[in-house]
Amino acid sequence: MSQDAHAMHPETSTGLDSRKMAIWTFIGSECLFFATLISTYVVYRGKSLTGPFPHAEWTSPTGQVFEPILEIKLVTVGTALLLFSSLFVVLALYGAQHNKRGMLLGWLGATIMCGVFFVSMQVYEFTHFVHKGLKLSTNLFGASFFTLTGFHGTHVTIGVIWLFTVFLLALRRKLPPEKALNLELAALYWHFVDVVWIVIFPVVYLMD
Amino acid sequence: MSASAEQHEHEHPGPAIYLRIGLVLFILTAAEVAVYELAYHHAGSGLGALLHPIVIPILLLLSAVKFALVAMFYMHLKQDSKIFSGLFVIPIMIAAFIIAVLMTLFSYLYLLHPRPPA
Amino acid sequence: MATSALDHAPAHAHEKSGLWSWITTVDHKRIGILYGASAFIFFLLGGLEALLIRVQLANPEQHVVSPETYNQLFTMHGTTMIFLGVMPLSAMFFNYLIPIMIGARDVAFPRLNAMSYWVFLAGGLLLNASWLVHAAPDQGWFGYANLTERQYSPGPNVDFWIVGLQVLGIASLAAAVNFFVTIINLRTKGMRLMRMPMFVWMSLVTQVLLLLAFPVITVALVMLMMDRNFGTHFFIPAGGGDPILWQHLFWVFGHPEVYILILPAFGIVSEILPVFSRKPLFGYAAMVFSGCFIAFLGFGVWSHHMFSTGMGPFADTFFSLMTMLIAIPTGVKIFNWIGTIWGGRLEFKTPMLFALGFIAMFIIGGLSGVMHSSPPADLQQTDTYFVVAHFHYVLFGGSIFALTAGAYYWFPKMSGRMLDEGLGKVHFWLMMLGFNLTFFPMHFLGLNGMPRRVYTYPADLNFGFWNMMETVGAFVLMVSLLVFIYNLLRSVRHGVVAPADPWGGATLEWAIPSPPQEWNFAEIPEVSGRDPLWEWERARGGKLPEPQRVSGKGIHLPNPSYWPIVTAIGILVFFTGFIVGFPYVNIAGVLVTFIGIYSWAFEPA
Repeated sequence: MSQDAHAMHPETSTGLDSRKMAIWTFIGSECLFFATLISTYVVYRGKSLTGPFPHAEWTSPTGQVFEPILEIKLVTVGTALLLFSSLFVVLALYGAQHNKRGMLLGWLGATIMCGVFFVSMQVYEFTHFVHKGLKLSTNLFGASFFTLTGFHGTHVTIGVIWLFTVFLLALRRKLPPEKALNLELAALYWHFVDVVWIVIFPVVYLMD
Repeated sequence: MSASAEQHEHEHPGPAIYLRIGLVLFILTAAEVAVYELAYHHAGSGLGALLHPIVIPILLLLSAVKFALVAMFYMHLKQDSKIFSGLFVIPIMIAAFIIAVLMTLFSYLYLLHPRPPA
Repeated sequence: MATSALDHAPAHAHEKSGLWSWITTVDHKRIGILYGASAFIFFLLGGLEALLIRVQLANPEQHVVSPETYNQLFTMHGTTMIFLGVMPLSAMFFNYLIPIMIGARDVAFPRLNAMSYWVFLAGGLLLNASWLVHAAPDQGWFGYANLTERQYSPGPNVDFWIVGLQVLGIASLAAAVNFFVTIINLRTKGMRLMRMPMFVWMSLVTQVLLLLAFPVITVALVMLMMDRNFGTHFFIPAGGGDPILWQHLFWVFGHPEVYILILPAFGIVSEILPVFSRKPLFGYAAMVFSGCFIAFLGFGVWSHHMFSTGMGPFADTFFSLMTMLIAIPTGVKIFNWIGTIWGGRLEFKTPMLFALGFIAMFIIGGLSGVMHSSPPADLQQTDTYFVVAHFHYVLFGGSIFALTAGAYYWFPKMSGRMLDEGLGKVHFWLMMLGFNLTFFPMHFLGLNGMPRRVYTYPADLNFGFWNMMETVGAFVLMVSLLVFIYNLLRSVRHGVVAPADPWGGATLEWAIPSPPQEWNFAEIPEVSGRDPLWEWERARGGKLPEPQRVSGKGIHLPNPSYWPIVTAIGILVFFTGFIVGFPYVNIAGVLVTFIGIYSWAFEPA
């Protein structure tokens, strides 16, 4: 049985590729992972005993005034980047499936760049917050914010590494159309990471 | 073990659709930020005042639409087998239930037993 | 990247014996045996912990062990029995049976399967390594905050618990993905979902529960670890945190977990009763749907573990109603089992005895469970021995009895020899006696006020007599287990040689030699209904001929690999880093894990 036939019509009970099913199963499980982190954030919203706060000003006992700590503009750029990266990766997948190597490499490279920028934005945001006086241990907001967005950022980083691995495969001409599933699996994971951010962005940054 | 014809995957959409969806996603994100700006920083009068009481439902709705678009078109759930949709939707429903119950229990709890001041 | 699981090495080229062949095995049957052997040893360890508990409690005001040691004993007993006993014993059956029952040669991802086992072993060893530094977890298997915070648990005990459970969680999640995809995707021709053996159905539902419940405790454990090591206040009131959040998150996991513990047992019993009643399972569809309903509802009842935390009448009522509701599908199953044996030609062989014992014991456990579902009643029962009675009836009288039934039932298939029937009956009756003597009195001790998790009790409370009886019962249980171990060890070498189908079974595993050849089936079978063997025997007018062993030429099997164990070692090292407190260890673990995963992914086909 040729590789081609196997990839297009796997001989499984459902006719679906087992690896694709595995990725979706994993994604379903991860929904509960992020749901728990989001629950914790939401349940502790407004319950921090001390500042700095996400959306409100705070005057410390020593009289120091803290602005609301979240910076919407920066994060909006990051959000847009992540959204565009989902577009880019699906264009890359199209290129992979239709044997357009330039399209595949170009858009996949763009996806990875967006991911790298997003993580950089988060690293900047985190260090900036620590400078401004918000650490993990400062208050409930710090704890739940850094944990939620930190785990998301870790997922993005893993996604970048995975996509980069696929990129190298493509570069070495090891990603013909029959093997496009290898990119599709990474892309599904990537879209999931994006979709989680679609929830986190308004819940954390836009809701007071 | 044989491929079951009914589960055959349909043709995925092309770049034109992807780009259009991308544009919609961008607009929806811009809308989210605009709603936020108006409702919280211009809540005094006009559109801001109107939006302020319903800002959370609107943001949730906008993000839900973005979520659905990425899931249906970029993750190909619209064209692919319903099994994949099920693998995504059912956990989401359970997740939503758990979040809702915890929110209720923790807000309700604190109405009954208010915290002493810090 | 490597493609399909079924790669191209000829079957006979694999190394068959020796330590290395076991370390690199990707054969689901071998992995099942590894799970079973390891789990049985951990089960005995948990039993030893129980015996020490019972010795300490035999008389009032004893000091056989210190209170601190006692706390470690009951914590490790619970944690061991749940995560290192019942779950991996179930995993033994998932691994061994599922591919054969659905007519496949192996699971969807054989190397991932191997990795799950090695990660499980790593978790069990990590958890028990704590004994070596006299710092076994001592905070209860449910780890309530803020007792578990650094302030009240300064030593590494809780840290061992956290990392041990995280490692075990990884094993469970990987296996759950694997078995879910295997069952959905690798069924043979004609094996529609509603024709699968009930054990496969219950296993499928269990995998779904694993996938949805474990992530919740993963996050909760992370948050607890952050409180203990990184200064957060998730569950620390002084920093605004709420210990009740821990309870919620734990039980959102914990309640589905108990269904994870019982559903495979339900499946095993549903396989055994029909065979020894010479009748098909009564109400197959109802059994499937009730299993699914139990799992689904199981996510809506968790706060029945929290009736004494002051959630308020609305919350109490909601969770009470949901809990009462879940008794309905459970009751359906019991009636269907009774319906299965009703009017059957019963054969009281050992597997059947344990399966019948399961029904009786589980009913008792279910009755005390339903009593807990009423919040006012539960306010008296909670944190007393009444609860201890309840969960031992469902977990021991339920899960362990069923797993034992499964052991007697499938031992001939796995080893090629029969276990001794006489010894089996001795085991059964001793276990029934010992089990009921140990746990039934706990019902009245609990209602008379004996609290849980106490290392001793005053003499004037009159708890002494029944406690002594319970300790006697525990030693009777020990004897019953010694009988079993003797039976196992003797039968493996000297037992009567088993045919392919010693019991007159209905499902595919009885159509292949005992023990099976590496590739399971000489030719992949096609089925056209439930109970395929009975159908074929009916068509033939008698028993099928003994299946022949074949050479395996031309059958493709997955290659062995050492990358699963390497990856498992990487994961172990990463989590050990949290115990020793050196970030370099964590980093080393991440590197080894990455090397393991990449090498695995790019391993030649």
